[in-house]
Amino acid sequence: MLEERGKQLEQDLTEQELPEEEVSEQEHLEQRLSVEEASQAIPAWVARIRQKVDEGGRPIRLMEICGTHTVAIARSGLRGLLRGAVEMVSGPGCPVCVTADAEIDQMMAYCDLPGAIVTTYGDLLRVPGSRGSLADRRAAGADVRVVYSALDAVALAQSNPDRPVIFLGVGFETTAPAAALAIKAAAEAGLKNFYVHSAHKMTPPAIRALLADDGSGRALQLDGFICPGHVSTILGEQGFTFLPAEYGLPGAIAGFEPLDILLAVDYLVDAALGRRPVELLNGYTRWVRPEGNRKALALIDQTFTPSAGLWRGLGTIPDSGLALRPELARFDAAAAFPASLLPPPPRRGCRCGDVLRGVIRPPECALFGRACNPQRPLGPCMVSSEGACAAYHRYGDGEENLA
Amino acid sequence: MCLAVPARVIEIDGSRAVVDVMGNRLKADLRLVDARPGQYVLLHAGIAIEVLDDDEAKATLEAYRQVMGDA
Repeated sequence: MLEERGKQLEQDLTEQELPEEEVSEQEHLEQRLSVEEASQAIPAWVARIRQKVDEGGRPIRLMEICGTHTVAIARSGLRGLLRGAVEMVSGPGCPVCVTADAEIDQMMAYCDLPGAIVTTYGDLLRVPGSRGSLADRRAAGADVRVVYSALDAVALAQSNPDRPVIFLGVGFETTAPAAALAIKAAAEAGLKNFYVHSAHKMTPPAIRALLADDGSGRALQLDGFICPGHVSTILGEQGFTFLPAEYGLPGAIAGFEPLDILLAVDYLVDAALGRRPVELLNGYTRWVRPEGNRKALALIDQTFTPSAGLWRGLGTIPDSGLALRPELARFDAAAAFPASLLPPPPRRGCRCGDVLRGVIRPPECALFGRACNPQRPLGPCMVSSEGACAAYHRYGDGEENLA
Repeated sequence: MCLAVPARVIEIDGSRAVVDVMGNRLKADLRLVDARPGQYVLLHAGIAIEVLDDDEAKATLEAYRQVMGDA
């Protein structure tokens, strides 16, 4: 699944060029850089960045906060190519990974409701809470179904009017609109058996929490942020202008091709070294508008209200979650089916929380590759297709990419 | 969680569309965008969340070609 998606992403900018004489206007717009052109550009660009860092006299430390960037950077080999000059740190960009055990336990409790159909995105299926995963519950007889779209869950509710259908909404600002559209569709259809458990979270509050001094004086030492490309299609450039404005840190909204990431790294290195002004660069203008997606933002506003969010690794962050608005309480799974559960025990040895905060790299967790691996994952960072541990395990740490 | 992928709009029926992703036909909800057949949208979990800005796409390709020219 990941391979297919990876190939799809790579096709975006690197398909073969069409021969000139057969190119219509429409096809002209689809011309891409050839794979050969792009491949040649990467080492040269990396060399120029390394030279700048050399002249600047100190290594640069950048964080990305988007699961898709985690994978793209790992797959591209850029981490290894830039090692020693630019350190690429992974932050809390994987929405499944940052969903805390207590919340996963709460979501799994819906499986016990008589007749319930619990619908989920595929990525959440194997994530272990403190008492197993949704996949385990399904194997034990619960009706757990993977859906591609939240709207598919609404369709299930329509065709099963006597059964409660609960949709587990996990994601950031990119994904919240989908749940909002589902609720809108359910409201328009007058459904009485459709519920959403909203575990949606917002990205900027997590970044602020990372940058806040935790009192021990060890605020994360970062020179800049690679800002999430798809979250930014919703939030727009204004979503991350707080970085330069309030923290004096440069940010670069980036796409997911190697060249897109290098564009972002190049700017952030320049800004960190004082060669360019510190600001928010939009390097993904083909999809990200300055104002974002106004319809999506309005829909989020009509459907959700900021609430306290519980983040694995970061604890409770005020106004970082998206809860259903009171007038939509009839669709709120947590309100309709409250469960009082024992708080989950802490995970012994699992350092997903530290990985998510960028405090350690996955290989620095003692369980990495040994007790915790893709076949037998212990923590969400290894289970999720966008988890840092899964990305490191699959694509390596970058050391072996150096020729 | 689903990644977001570029998808070409084939045909539109009200607020829904059939889109093409690498030769695969998928359904997309268009309520968050204004799209026409032939345009590319960014498809995420069955929802189109943006329309490709052709001018910016061309400008980006140009910028990358210039980078390669400097290489």
